Amino acid sequence: MSAIIKVENLTRIFDVSKPWLNRMIERQPKALLTAVSEVSFDVERNSVYALVGESGSGKSTIGKIIVGLVAPSEGTVEVEGVDLASESDADKIDAVRADIQMIFQDPYASLNPRWRVRDIIAEPVAARGGKTAGLAERLLEQVGLSAADAGKYPHEFSGGQRQRICIARALSSEPKIIVCDEPTSALDVSVQSQVLNLMSDLREEFGLTYLFISHDLTVVHHMADMIGVLYLGRLVEEAPRDRLFSAPKHPYTQMLFDAAPRMDAFGREVEPPKGEIPDAINPPSGCAFHPRCPLAIPRCSQERPEMRKIGQTRVACHMAE
Amino acid sequence: MTDTPVLSVRDLTVEIPTRHGVLRPVDDMSFDIHAGEIMGVVGESGAGKSMTGNAVIGLLDPPARIVSGEVLLSGTPVHKLKGDALRRLRGKRMGMIFQDPQTSLNPLLTVGDQLSETILEHLNVTQQEARKRAIAALEEVGIPAARQRIGSYPHEFSGGMRQRVVIALALCAEPDLVIADEPTTALDVSVQAQIIALLKRLCRDRGVAVMLVTHDMGVIAEAADRVAVMYAGRMAELGPVREVLTNARHPYTAGLMESTPLASQGRKRLRQIPGAMPRLGALPGGCAFSPRCDYAQDRCRQEPGPTLKRCDGRAACWFPLNTAAKEEAKA
Repeated sequence: MSAIIKVENLTRIFDVSKPWLNRMIERQPKALLTAVSEVSFDVERNSVYALVGESGSGKSTIGKIIVGLVAPSEGTVEVEGVDLASESDADKIDAVRADIQMIFQDPYASLNPRWRVRDIIAEPVAARGGKTAGLAERLLEQVGLSAADAGKYPHEFSGGQRQRICIARALSSEPKIIVCDEPTSALDVSVQSQVLNLMSDLREEFGLTYLFISHDLTVVHHMADMIGVLYLGRLVEEAPRDRLFSAPKHPYTQMLFDAAPRMDAFGREVEPPKGEIPDAINPPSGCAFHPRCPLAIPRCSQERPEMRKIGQTRVACHMAE
Repeated sequence: MTDTPVLSVRDLTVEIPTRHGVLRPVDDMSFDIHAGEIMGVVGESGAGKSMTGNAVIGLLDPPARIVSGEVLLSGTPVHKLKGDALRRLRGKRMGMIFQDPQTSLNPLLTVGDQLSETILEHLNVTQQEARKRAIAALEEVGIPAARQRIGSYPHEFSGGMRQRVVIALALCAEPDLVIADEPTTALDVSVQAQIIALLKRLCRDRGVAVMLVTHDMGVIAEAADRVAVMYAGRMAELGPVREVLTNARHPYTAGLMESTPLASQGRKRLRQIPGAMPRLGALPGGCAFSPRCDYAQDRCRQEPGPTLKRCDGRAACWFPLNTAAKEEAKA
């Protein structure tokens, strides 16, 4: 197997300062928010790579950088060996762009209400001047809707059906990679299972690679082959699914697993995790997790842990073994 | 537990008249909540769970109104109260926690002012006493340095801390009943665990009855003592949480449980409930769940689904399942 996406040392810093004049009057320095910090990982062809983390962990920003909606501040993203940020050959960029599509979280906001479903689905092909006759109808049937729906508008569909339309649109340019940013978070459980099953089927049928971004551990456990856990913009642990769930190495991963509500934990009495995610503008020194970490030693607050490989797991923790 | 339940809802029906006919978001709901008990109300969007909570606390937006049935708070009928009488009761004896802590606090008042305002309104205390109680309320919900934070505005708190303030606000007048409408949905997993633990502790220590409205089965499993499953405005199933979740009697509950990805199941294909929740304006004939139900028979399609009272009080279904027995038979 070869890596289809190679992310190396990816960093993205957003400038969230107040306007210049306010800064001068209040004598404040620039406020820089590090959304993604030195993240490296590879995504294998035909696999599902999941990024999990809480809000502010940078998972969506990484997704946007990979599809090219946001430029990296440092580091590189190579998709099929092409770095979109530095490549100068327009044809190569074009080819790679068509290979990546995205499914967004909110199917109510990501479909243009004034377009017919047919036009929405065919747009990625039409924009490149491709042939679109019958394309939307064929894709609609593939995602479990009927060909007659092509003439309708998005408001005529329920949330689950709209997400199917989003999936059909993502498939239309025959991509190899689909970045799914919380694809089922806005859906009810019974509809979520329909969409997850559909995504699994399509992956086998078309040989797709998914970058699956989610905060929901049960969904990630169901879908992913490889999982990367993010905390405050840093990749803290990466492991194959079974490995991660059976033996989480990073204290943050362990905390996340303990805190997630479980269906079989009736009246469970556990000590809830302490503290909250720190401010990303002034992250803690050393390991970002050390103020909340039960294992923290003085070294953790001084030195940022490097990614180390332990068996199949990569983990960024001084104490992990 | 005492004998008189804190909240007793009997045959509650809410209707919304519209141009296209009358909608029934809540249809014939009956349940009790006792002191010190957390009762979960679970269902998908459009099931009527929030509407039930709003009807109980008298926050229905017109034209929605209660057309029949009663809501008794420790024996006092609440559904007939209007205006000032209702306002005095609300906040004093019933508290409400909303989903979004961002919008349920006034951004122009400090949290201390908001807490004192509620306390002064409902309890006969002096300004100083109210402030003292406000600090105590913030300490109780686990806000560090409450004495200093009392002068802060809502935007100076994080999401989890803000939700704690909302909980303090709901509890500061020492109500008997708290309605928590999706209290953790807007929060991260680790903060969600903190808020659930807090709700459980407050419920146990102060003997408050809690109605926990959520769509998350995991939250229900961890927090609730009993659970009511709602579908299309009706109660589908009611019972102790362990019973309902492990031995679902209503096919809808069973479907919900099987369609939730479980860590223990691994990669197995998820069960799908075909279709989606019907819109209230277009409820199917017979049992509302019958078009999506694997076990539907002719009776289900012709007669409306039974009410809980007519069945064993567990599942509103003509042909209730026995999941545990089925599992045993398989094994």
